[in-house]
Amino acid sequence: VEIALSVNGRLRPLDVEPRELLLDVLRDRLGLTGAKRSCEVQVCGTCTVLLDGDPVSACCTLAADAHGREVLTIEGLAERGEFARLEDAFTRHAALQCGFCTPGMLLTAQSLLEAGELRTVEDVRHGLAGNLCRCTGYKGILEAVCELAGVSV
Amino acid sequence: VSVVERPRVGAGQVGRSAPRRDAAEKLRGQAQYAGDVVVPRMLHGKVLRSPLPHARIASIDVRAAEALPGVVCVLTADDLRDIDPWWGHAIRDRPIVAIEKARFAGEPVAAVAAEDEATAAAALNRIDVEYEELPVVGTIEEALQPDAPEVNGGPLRPGLFHGLGELPPRQGNVCYRYRIDRGEVEAVFAHADLVVEGEYSFPAVYQYAMETHTVVAQVEGDEIVLWASCQHPFLVRAEIAALFGVPLANVRIQVPYLGGGFGSKSYTKMEPIAVALARKAGRPVRVQNSVFESMVTTRRHGMSCRMTTAMTREGRLLGRDVEIWFDTGAYADNGPRVTATGADAAPGPYRWTAYRVDAACVYTNTAPAGSYRAFGATHLQWIGELQLDELARQAGLDPLEVRRQNLCTPGEELRAGGKPLDADLVGDVEQVAAALGWESPKAANVGRGVSVGLLAAGAHPVSSAIVRLEADGQVVVLVGTTEVGQGARTVFAQIAAEELGVPAEQVTVRGADTRFTPYDRSTGASRSTTLAGLAVQRAARDIRDQLVGIAGTEELEATDLPALLRSHFGLAGGELIGRGIVAPEGTGSYAEGPVFWEVCVGAAEVEVDPETGVVRVRKTATVADVGRAINPQLVERQDEGGTMQGLGNALFEEMVYEDASLLNGSLLDYRVPALTDLPDEMSCVIVENEDGPGPYGAKGCGEGSLAAVTAAIVTALADAGVPVTELPLTPERVWRRIQELKEEGRWPR
Repeated sequence: VEIALSVNGRLRPLDVEPRELLLDVLRDRLGLTGAKRSCEVQVCGTCTVLLDGDPVSACCTLAADAHGREVLTIEGLAERGEFARLEDAFTRHAALQCGFCTPGMLLTAQSLLEAGELRTVEDVRHGLAGNLCRCTGYKGILEAVCELAGVSV
Repeated sequence: VSVVERPRVGAGQVGRSAPRRDAAEKLRGQAQYAGDVVVPRMLHGKVLRSPLPHARIASIDVRAAEALPGVVCVLTADDLRDIDPWWGHAIRDRPIVAIEKARFAGEPVAAVAAEDEATAAAALNRIDVEYEELPVVGTIEEALQPDAPEVNGGPLRPGLFHGLGELPPRQGNVCYRYRIDRGEVEAVFAHADLVVEGEYSFPAVYQYAMETHTVVAQVEGDEIVLWASCQHPFLVRAEIAALFGVPLANVRIQVPYLGGGFGSKSYTKMEPIAVALARKAGRPVRVQNSVFESMVTTRRHGMSCRMTTAMTREGRLLGRDVEIWFDTGAYADNGPRVTATGADAAPGPYRWTAYRVDAACVYTNTAPAGSYRAFGATHLQWIGELQLDELARQAGLDPLEVRRQNLCTPGEELRAGGKPLDADLVGDVEQVAAALGWESPKAANVGRGVSVGLLAAGAHPVSSAIVRLEADGQVVVLVGTTEVGQGARTVFAQIAAEELGVPAEQVTVRGADTRFTPYDRSTGASRSTTLAGLAVQRAARDIRDQLVGIAGTEELEATDLPALLRSHFGLAGGELIGRGIVAPEGTGSYAEGPVFWEVCVGAAEVEVDPETGVVRVRKTATVADVGRAINPQLVERQDEGGTMQGLGNALFEEMVYEDASLLNGSLLDYRVPALTDLPDEMSCVIVENEDGPGPYGAKGCGEGSLAAVTAAIVTALADAGVPVTELPLTPERVWRRIQELKEEGRWPR
C-alpha cells in the first residue's frame, strides 16, 4: 500500500506491505535506528515513538496505520530546541546506562511533559511505568523527569 | 594485583561524578548496537528451534525451505562435518546445532539465511523435522532419580576457560560437583544449643537485557568478522577460533554499545550458529534473537538447597551444613563456576567452628543456565541470612548484634588458601542499618531486614590497555572492556585523565575490537574498574613517564602537551603510546582467588498485606564498599540497578516450566520491575576504605546489591512474621504461608 507519513517534520511517501510494522519502516527503510526492538509485545517501551504527539509502541503499530499522521522519533526530538533541557537533566542525573531504553523513555517523558500531565511524583511513576529500564533502577530517571516537570521527588 | 598504587598526579579527575562520556550519543539515539549494524550483502538469519524438550531427530528435510525464493541456504548438523562442532565455556558439551538429539525445547536444530527476515521466518515453517520423543528430565529431582534418562551424553571435555581443575567422569546427570569441608560439622551440631534447618528453593530467572542476543557474522576465506552483543569478546574469539580451526588473529570481534548484559551475554552464545550460517551462505548474516529465544539461550540457575545452622545460646555461630543442587539445563555453559561460587557464598562471611558445603549442578532438559549478575551469592545469601535471623530470634538476640559478634574482620581467611577478607563488613552493616532507620518504631505488618554476604569477584586477573597521546593533546584509550551500561568508558577516561593531568573530556575511549584493542579477559564479575582500570592507569603512567623524560621535568601542564610532542618529533605529528598490563601475581588459579571479595550488604523495609499477600518494599539501603569511588554517581547507579533487580528476583521474577517447557516466554507473562515498583526510599552508602586491588584502592561493585537486597527483602518479610522458604515472594505464596501460620497459631504474632 502507498502511504505518506510525516516523520520528524518531513513528508515521507512510502510503498509498504500491509503487514509491515512502523518500527521496521523507521529502522530499515528510513535508517532511524533510535527506536529499538525488544519485547515485541508492547510491554517494554523501547520502540516508543510519538504518533500525533502520543506515545505508541512502533513494534505493534502497522506502518499503514501511520498514514497521514505525524511521527516523531528520538532523532527528530533531538533536533528540537526543548531537547536541550531533557538532555541536560538526564545527563546530570545519570538517568541512563546502556541507553537501549533511553530514546523511548525520553519520548514518553516529552509527550507527558508537553501535555502537562506530570503534576506529582506519582504521575511520573505511573506515566513512565510503560517504559522499562533494566539497568538504572529508575531512581535517576525519576529524579530527572521530576526536575523537568517541576515536581519534588 | 594486590598493590595499592597511589595517584601521582592530583588532577582531581578521580572521585568526581564526571558526566557519562556516552550520554549525548545515547540520549540522541545515535549510539549503535549490534542490531543497528548493516554490512554490505548482509542476509538475515533465523533459527529453527526444537519444540520438544528431549527428542531424537529422525530426519530433517530442508528442500522446501531451500526452494523458497529469497532463501540463500539452510544450515543443519550435516554442514558441520568438517569441524569439531562442540563448544561450551566450562565444558565442550554443546553442538552448534542439535546433532542427532535435541536436549531442550528451544534448542537450535537448523537455521536459515535469507534476503530478508520475513522470508527467513517463512522458510523455517517449510523445514520438516521428524522427531522421536524421548523421556524428559524436567526438574532437579527427576535428574537425580537412579533410573533417570541421560540428558547429556555428549563428549566430556573441558572448555577453554574451565579453570576449575580436572573434570571427573560424569555421574548420571550430575554435571559438576564442588565441596568444601572445614572441621567436624557433626560434632559441632551434636553439642549445639540452637539448630535450625530447612529446605529452600530459588527459581530460574531471566536476565532480560533489553537488547536481545544479536550477531552479524561474516566469513571471508579464513577470516571471521563479527559484530556481536557479547560481554567477553576475547573469550568468544578464542572459542570461535577453536571451533572453526583458524588462528586467534583471524577472528575479529567488534562490540558496539551493549543494550544490557547482566551476565546473559557472557561467553559465547549465538556467535557459533551465526558464523556457521555465514560460512555456508558465503555472505554476511545477522542473527537477532527474540525475547523468547534469549530466554532459552541463557538464564539464571534454578536451585534447591538444604541448610542447617547451629549457634550457642549466647549468639556464637558454630556450624553450617549445606547441600545445593543447581539446575544447569541441557548444557553446562557456566554452571560449574556458578556451582563453585554458590558454594563459596553459602557459609557467609562468618567465623565458624566447622562447615560443610556439597554443591552440584545437574543437567535437565531445560534451556541452559549460565551467568546472571551476582550468581551464587543471590542464590544462597537469603537462605543463610534467614537462618541467622531465626537463630537470633530463638536466642532472643538482636540480629544486628549476632552479625557484629560473628562477622569476619579484615585479614581473616575465608576460603583455605584464598584471598583473606578485604572489607570492613561490621562497619558496612552498621551503615545500612543506620540508613534504614533500624531502631525507629515499626507499624503493624512492617518488617526490617539486613543481610551480609560476599561474592568472589574479578574472574581471572588478565587485562591490558593501550593509551595513545595524539599530537593535538587528545588522549585515546584502547581497551577490550565492553560498555554494557556500567560506565566503563567514562571511568577509564577519568583514570587516564587523572594520570595525565588532562580533563576527562579530553579522553576518548572506544569500543572493543579484538583486532585493535588489546586483550581483556572479560567484562563481568565486577572486574572492569579494578583490573582493566588498573591496566589503563599503568598505560597512562607509561605515557606520563615518557613525557617527563622528554620534558625533563615533572611539572607538566595539559596545555603544553601539543608543543612538547611537536618539539620531540620535529614536526606536527607523531604520538606517544603507553602500555599497561595486568597479570596474576600467583598462578591465577580459582583456589588462589578471588581478585577481591565483593561486598553484598543491604537492608530493606517491607510491608505485607495479610489479606492479599502483597509485599511492598518501602525502603532499601545498600552499601557500595568500593575502596575508592572513581565516579560516585555511577557507583550509586550501579547499586540502584542491582537493587531493582534484587527486588524483582525476590518478589516476582520466575521462569515457569511445565514438563520442561517454558510457559512464560514473553514479557507479557514474565514481569520485570517497572518504575511503579521503585521503593519510596532507596539509598546507597558509598564506603571508601581504599582497600581494593584496583587503581587508587578501588574495587568493583554493582553485583553485591542484587544478592544483598534479595536477601534483605526475605529477612524483612520474616521480621514482619512471614518466613518463606521459596522464592519469589508472590502474593499467592505469601498469602498461603500466612494461612499456614494462622493454623499453627503463629499469625498474627
